[in-house]
Amino acid sequence: MESSDFIWSLSSLWAYVQSYDFIALLLKLIFILIIGPGLVPIMVWLERRGSAMIQGRMGPNRVGPLGLLQALADVLKFFAKEPFVPGTANKFYYNLAPMIAAVAPLAAFAAIPFGGTVLFGEYETNLQLSHLNIGILAALAFAGLEVYPIMLAGWASNNKYAVLGALRGASQMISYEIAMGLALIAMFLIYGTVDMNQMVAWQGESLFGILPRWGLFVNPLAAMIFLIGIFAETNRMPFDLPEGDAELVAGYHVEYGSTKFAMFFFAEYVAMSMAAALFVTLFLGGYGLLPGMETVAVYLSQVFHLEALGLHNLKTFMGVGSFLMKLGFMLFFYIWVRWTVPRFRFDQLMNLGWRILLPIGLVNLVFTAIAIYLIGG
Amino acid sequence: MTIVVARHEKISDRFYLVALAQGLVVTMKQMLRSLFGKGIVTIEYPEKRREYSQRFRGAHFISVDSKKTENCTACYLCQTVCPADCITIVAGERDAATSEYGVKKEKRPLSFDIDALRCCFCGFCEEACPKDAIKLSRSYEMATLTREEAQYDLKFLVREVKDRG
Repeated sequence: MESSDFIWSLSSLWAYVQSYDFIALLLKLIFILIIGPGLVPIMVWLERRGSAMIQGRMGPNRVGPLGLLQALADVLKFFAKEPFVPGTANKFYYNLAPMIAAVAPLAAFAAIPFGGTVLFGEYETNLQLSHLNIGILAALAFAGLEVYPIMLAGWASNNKYAVLGALRGASQMISYEIAMGLALIAMFLIYGTVDMNQMVAWQGESLFGILPRWGLFVNPLAAMIFLIGIFAETNRMPFDLPEGDAELVAGYHVEYGSTKFAMFFFAEYVAMSMAAALFVTLFLGGYGLLPGMETVAVYLSQVFHLEALGLHNLKTFMGVGSFLMKLGFMLFFYIWVRWTVPRFRFDQLMNLGWRILLPIGLVNLVFTAIAIYLIGG
Repeated sequence: MTIVVARHEKISDRFYLVALAQGLVVTMKQMLRSLFGKGIVTIEYPEKRREYSQRFRGAHFISVDSKKTENCTACYLCQTVCPADCITIVAGERDAATSEYGVKKEKRPLSFDIDALRCCFCGFCEEACPKDAIKLSRSYEMATLTREEAQYDLKFLVREVKDRG
């Protein structure tokens, strides 16, 4: 590269840094980094207090008001611990596994839209970190990466419990991905797109005049399969067999401690919120306004004398709020189910995946295709 | 021999999702009850303590009279009856001429040691005592940092305990 080229590229880079696009991107990045990892301490708090409430206990209430700072105390404890690596472990893969675990679900967040468009003067910004043509497939690809850290961690730990946990995790995640994929294909047929913004727009209309046209109401069977699949993919109760506290100690991360365990822990919760965000986008209308919010937006715009542009932005921000509300409900649902349903045995888990969900998924796909052919899209 | 238990499952039970929804309702009810402070069965221990029965057998003490002198007359009955062999008494005497009790309480323990780590809290000593001197209180916080602290001596045992602690 010649020096003039280099200077030109630097100056163009500087121009880009000053541009509106870059600032918008930066703000979106910050927002994603807040709601992605920021949900983790809230989830940990909700999990501990919520489970306590369901079991008739009080839960941690000493650290901070209502025990809200408990997660911070946990993190400080993890960081203060000795970063121990077992002597027989494969050091490289042992250290690599938690990194992949933490990064993969965060990357998937980039493809999920969390709001409509913001109009700012002449600029229009899409509230999605990267608007990809392949849309949801990118999110699923990153979500699919989650099986690697489990296998790497289990194998590199050189511990029989870890290996057993990893084997269970790998077979469970791959089994349920098939049923989930079938449910997804049915939804692709209905929406006619893989772009998540268009999916949300499709779901924005109403069904029979009363219900919102959400994926959940259009194809409840696919929603059910996908929901069960999410629980299996994120190793949540009732499918927490890779961790299996009772028989596998802690499963694939049994040899992990201190910061590396914290990373697995973090990754688990980010993966949960990511899967919940996917479910919200696919089946609960994504960032589409909740029923009634449209009226509120119009009323507010009349009260504050907003122009069309202001109304559009107001609706967008209410859309972000509705997305977060739906996401919050899904996250609570994880906890709710965890303390309701007893654990499955591994053979029951495999039976459910292969002999129940897979045939139901196939039948659902065929019927959806026929219905779409008859109705005509 | 196999015991066959017939489970009469309805179709809705076999379908599982209905039962799951019922379960979700149950857990949600319990959570809402707890949220309004009704269903919580645990207590915040250091601030609140459980009230135990009057018959609870906890930390030992030797009862005292109105002049704060121990009632024990070192008769060795408790030491003899103790199945864990954890009581060690050394008997001594008060000079009847100078003591305010006169010939009463002439005999007294010079030392009265209980090894709380050996004690099985059977309460036989309490039963055997003719003077109602040795008693078991309702205090259950008996954890110590060292073994030595669990060797109760006369100075520790002779203390006023109201309403069995």
